[in-house]
Amino acid sequence: MMDVKLINPFLVAAMHVLKTMAQVDAKPGRPFLKKDDLAIGDVSAIIGITGAAKGSMALIFTEQCIKDIASNLLGEPFTELNHEVRDAVGELTNMICGDARRRLAEDGFILQAGIPTIVGGKGHTITHIASGPCLAVPFTTSQGSFMVEVAFSGST
Amino acid sequence: MVVDDFSTMRRIVRKILKDLQFREVIEAENGLAALRLLESNKVDLIVSDWNMPMMTGLELLKRVRADERLKGLPFLMVTAEAQKENIIEAIQAKVSNYVIKPFSAAVLAEKLAKILPQG
Repeated sequence: MMDVKLINPFLVAAMHVLKTMAQVDAKPGRPFLKKDDLAIGDVSAIIGITGAAKGSMALIFTEQCIKDIASNLLGEPFTELNHEVRDAVGELTNMICGDARRRLAEDGFILQAGIPTIVGGKGHTITHIASGPCLAVPFTTSQGSFMVEVAFSGST
Repeated sequence: MVVDDFSTMRRIVRKILKDLQFREVIEAENGLAALRLLESNKVDLIVSDWNMPMMTGLELLKRVRADERLKGLPFLMVTAEAQKENIIEAIQAKVSNYVIKPFSAAVLAEKLAKILPQG
């Protein structure tokens, strides 16, 4: 079983980061267990996590959603899924993971994180480092949808 | 000077600094690149991320504080590393102030106002 206490901070962090940095309201949908590595979206970033638990978090956006969020974030319109928009996925992943780690640290659960890796393209895959199950949570916004995936090998 | 490995964050900070009437903003994508730029550029302020490849923001801060010419520069750490231990480590390395990502433009401006010379 996956510990909800370990997952919820990542979902709260996703909503907090998007609201603070891009003025976007994100609403979480029904979580589900991922059965394969296929990304449900067009561009993703994954970040490795170590410390009290080992795992990874990924953030996956549909093209329209991230173009609109990047436009809000940087204050200029983006009509293509270019390098700048992809870079925004990496920085958002970094911030969401950092905010989640801060929340977990308040409960004495200390985690460290690496530097996000950005991947993209139709039908791209995301390979989580953890041996445990991967929980995916879809989010909807007025700009489109995105997904947060979290996988942990287990806590010590 | 803005130091961050993600161009997104460099652009966000650059825009806020421009809005605060900073005339020229130079950018570096890690601590090492920042040190190289500092050899040939005079800057009034460093706004740096912590977690970067090649050289972290913390290492950059330590190098700046150990440099006779640069040691008095206001140094603002803007980072997702938000745990108490991180903040203590940065304070021990003589950071001027600390902003935790995510942040609003108002928070960044407020922290900058506290570390920049008046007038």
